[in-house]
Amino acid sequence: MKLNALTAHEILDLIKDKQTTPQAVLDEVQQHIKQSDKDVHAYVRLAKNSNISDVSVDQNAIPIPIGIKDNICIKGEETTCCSKLLTGFKPPYNATVIEKLKASGAMFVGHTNMDEFAFGSSTENSFYGVTHNPWNLECVPGGSSGGSAAAVAANEAIWAIGSDTGGSIRQPASFCGVVGLKPTYGRVSRYGLIAFASSLDQIGPLTKDVTDSALLLNILAGHDSKDSTSVDQPVPDYTKALTKDVKNLKIGVPKEYFVEGMDAEVKASVMQSIEVLKQCGAQFVDVSLPHTEYAVATYYIIATAEASSNLARFDSVQYGLRQNPAQKRKTTLVDMYEESRSVGFGEEAKRRIMLGTYSLSSGYYDAYYLKGLKVRTLIKNDFDKAFESVDAIITPTSPTTAFKIGARAKNPLDMYLSDIYTISANLSGIPGISIPCGFSKEGLPIGLQILAKPFDEEMLFRIAYTFEQNTEWHKKKVGF
Amino acid sequence: MKYETVIGLEVHLQLSTNTKIFCGCANKFGEAPNTLTCPVCLGLPGSLPVVNKKVLEYGIKIGSALNCKINSFVKFDRKNYFYPDCPKDYQISQFDFPIAYDGFVTIPMDDNGEKKITIHRAHLEEDAGKLIHDAQANCSLVDYNRTGTPLVEIVSDPDLRSPQEAYDYLQVLKLTLQYLNVSDCDMEKGSLRCDANISIREQGDTKLGTKTELKNMNSFKAVKVALEYEENRQRQVVEAGDRVVQETRLWDDAKNMTLVMRSKEEAHDYRYFPEPDLVPFIQDEKIIEEIRQSIPELPAQKLERVIKEYQISEYDAKIIIQDACLAGFFENCTKYYKDTKKICNWMNGALLQEINSRKTTITDITLKPEDFSLLIKKVEEGLISNLAGKDVLKFMLDTGKSADVLIEEKGLAQVSDDGALKEIIQQVISENEKVVQQIKEGKDSAAGFLVGQAMKKSKGKANPKKVGELIRQILKGDS
Repeated sequence: MKLNALTAHEILDLIKDKQTTPQAVLDEVQQHIKQSDKDVHAYVRLAKNSNISDVSVDQNAIPIPIGIKDNICIKGEETTCCSKLLTGFKPPYNATVIEKLKASGAMFVGHTNMDEFAFGSSTENSFYGVTHNPWNLECVPGGSSGGSAAAVAANEAIWAIGSDTGGSIRQPASFCGVVGLKPTYGRVSRYGLIAFASSLDQIGPLTKDVTDSALLLNILAGHDSKDSTSVDQPVPDYTKALTKDVKNLKIGVPKEYFVEGMDAEVKASVMQSIEVLKQCGAQFVDVSLPHTEYAVATYYIIATAEASSNLARFDSVQYGLRQNPAQKRKTTLVDMYEESRSVGFGEEAKRRIMLGTYSLSSGYYDAYYLKGLKVRTLIKNDFDKAFESVDAIITPTSPTTAFKIGARAKNPLDMYLSDIYTISANLSGIPGISIPCGFSKEGLPIGLQILAKPFDEEMLFRIAYTFEQNTEWHKKKVGF
Repeated sequence: MKYETVIGLEVHLQLSTNTKIFCGCANKFGEAPNTLTCPVCLGLPGSLPVVNKKVLEYGIKIGSALNCKINSFVKFDRKNYFYPDCPKDYQISQFDFPIAYDGFVTIPMDDNGEKKITIHRAHLEEDAGKLIHDAQANCSLVDYNRTGTPLVEIVSDPDLRSPQEAYDYLQVLKLTLQYLNVSDCDMEKGSLRCDANISIREQGDTKLGTKTELKNMNSFKAVKVALEYEENRQRQVVEAGDRVVQETRLWDDAKNMTLVMRSKEEAHDYRYFPEPDLVPFIQDEKIIEEIRQSIPELPAQKLERVIKEYQISEYDAKIIIQDACLAGFFENCTKYYKDTKKICNWMNGALLQEINSRKTTITDITLKPEDFSLLIKKVEEGLISNLAGKDVLKFMLDTGKSADVLIEEKGLAQVSDDGALKEIIQQVISENEKVVQQIKEGKDSAAGFLVGQAMKKSKGKANPKKVGELIRQILKGDS
């Protein structure tokens, strides 16, 4: 098998046995990108210099080629959130996760495609054009971390980093047949992640298997004094949680998640997966998350409100695109703001800024934003209560498999529903992982979502690893 | 018709912490533009704020000194508005949980009484950058050095009833804040800024009239004058049968008038909401108590105490407590010299004159309380004249040498030796026979002239008291 098609732990074994070198792996990944990214378009910018790492490759180094979502700041590398407005913005600093990757020896392949400012579930809202699903180029890769998921699936990166605000790591992982983890809110520093919704955003790994996910989280996790929302809690060695043992674990299945609109093939795959875990000794019980039906509405109130404020700084004063009004008589400051933001932001960004501005406005705040915060607490309480009796919860990652490019682009509400199973984890701050659990008749991957208590990523890895070791889904490779 | 004026003040105070409120940049004034910045205070994408603990401490100190309740629940909010001096286009501030609320300060009244002015709230926030409009280059420039400077905004209730009361309130507030050593409280440098809300109503009315907000006053005096102008303007509007319009007005120092800046319709909707980048937390009550205990004696307490303890006049005491360091200097002097009244005279007279003319402060001079006390003692004991004493003080400030050394060096010691003085007096008497005659005829006041002449002859070194005594003695002996 080609080096670029291997997992990180396989590559590390080869390097250790001196059967290959980090440079050889990087070369092969870059070589492959040249051929395949014309079709996939996972990357928006390839790194000129891949050595984000200063450290010489020593015994403990993990020199793995990695793709970084275009909303994570790398010093001196253009970082745009795939927005026209941020064209030319080169951060003068590294995100904390980049510093950590640097220290571990990782090699930077390039910035991956995404929905503009992470607004979307299909990567169609990118200024740089859509990414194609490696399993079927006519389909979307999911989003917003679609470029990262596609890069890993198409062997254009060994690892990738995404961000997840309402499912933006897990849903594309599900669509592209890879492993995607959203850690607990506060587990990974957000410093240097260009914010979409600050109280929901979390950086996480996209990998080819569960072992790699644990390896990468080991690097990313930890308290950061630069991020007040990161939690000062010890980081365990997540690879120690990779045990093939789910005996006597109690896993909940929320009845509210298996409803109308769910793809029959998705449902069947999830049910089959439950059987696999049952055979491994896990016990399944029904749980109820009664406020599930309000999750999407709550999410779009809170996320857009925060986004409207977070995106205010893109005013073209200090950096990014500056567009002066065409008509000469218009020369005021407000005209510059309006023109730059009108030209620079895409449709979905404008829609969300307007939604968020509206729900924060005087006279509407109580009815929308404040109520949203209250319902968010209720949703969190649902999970707290459920986790009193179960160790984990299993759901589908998305109600459908990857849809055709353009199929939902015209209907934002349809698009929003594609995150219906992932949003609640962000609202309640709990960790969630999506792992491959089957394929549709058309050959598109299906994802299984596992949710656990805050800071219990080890539980996710334990269940996911057991499932992976007892199935072959993760071994099925795309033809790239 | 009789009108009553209703005023409330908003004071913005820059805190003198070493670093800014949400990042590690130095909090300094007067550096080259955009040299005190980092991704956080520049609001660059992906950067995040972290609260400076010192700012919280200062906030709690200020709240406590203003007799406020302290919110142990520490929470920040975003105030959204677009302006180039605000790099995130929102300001991190405190909305529903100000660090301090519901306090008061006491201002003096004409009738020797006092009045309590309620402090509605005091909240923490970040300052904005500075815009420089370059007309020649046809552009505006932004200096982000000031961005992220910690501010506390102190909002009074509309308890003030005249521009004078507003002025007095500012004086009391400033003095209290200076005692806390949390800000240099310099209005000219912009470290203390004041906006005023003013309305008028018919005497006896309980409902508030329509207010205007005044901005751009650069001194306490400007606040007073602007309020007087606005009070008058509103009265004229009402008397002409019109209504006061709710608006923000700018004080124009050159034109001596207020001008419309924006109307209520143009007022911002700031869309406040909780700052998601800063997790609210409960401040330990023990820490709050520790901070409260660290507050020094405040001006009102000090005034009362020094009057009682040192038996000095209220007039003198008020001058001394204008500056905590001055008061400290005074108290130190009393350890070396017992006549507190004399110390006051010398401090509030000669010393303050010297300090003011040198444009310095009590903290910046090298004079030691023990040396200053010794000087006063020398004068009061007659070793040197009052005049020579003032000269010695100047030399002391110039050279840092002690009074003893300077008196010796300059040969300023008074001549009190009877023999030497009598010689001079005899000369004066023989040169001024007419005056001597007048004195003998009973015009005792003329003796002063002779003393003066004797002083002149001695080049100021004669002890005038002694000279007077000797003249009378000699003339009495003659008669």
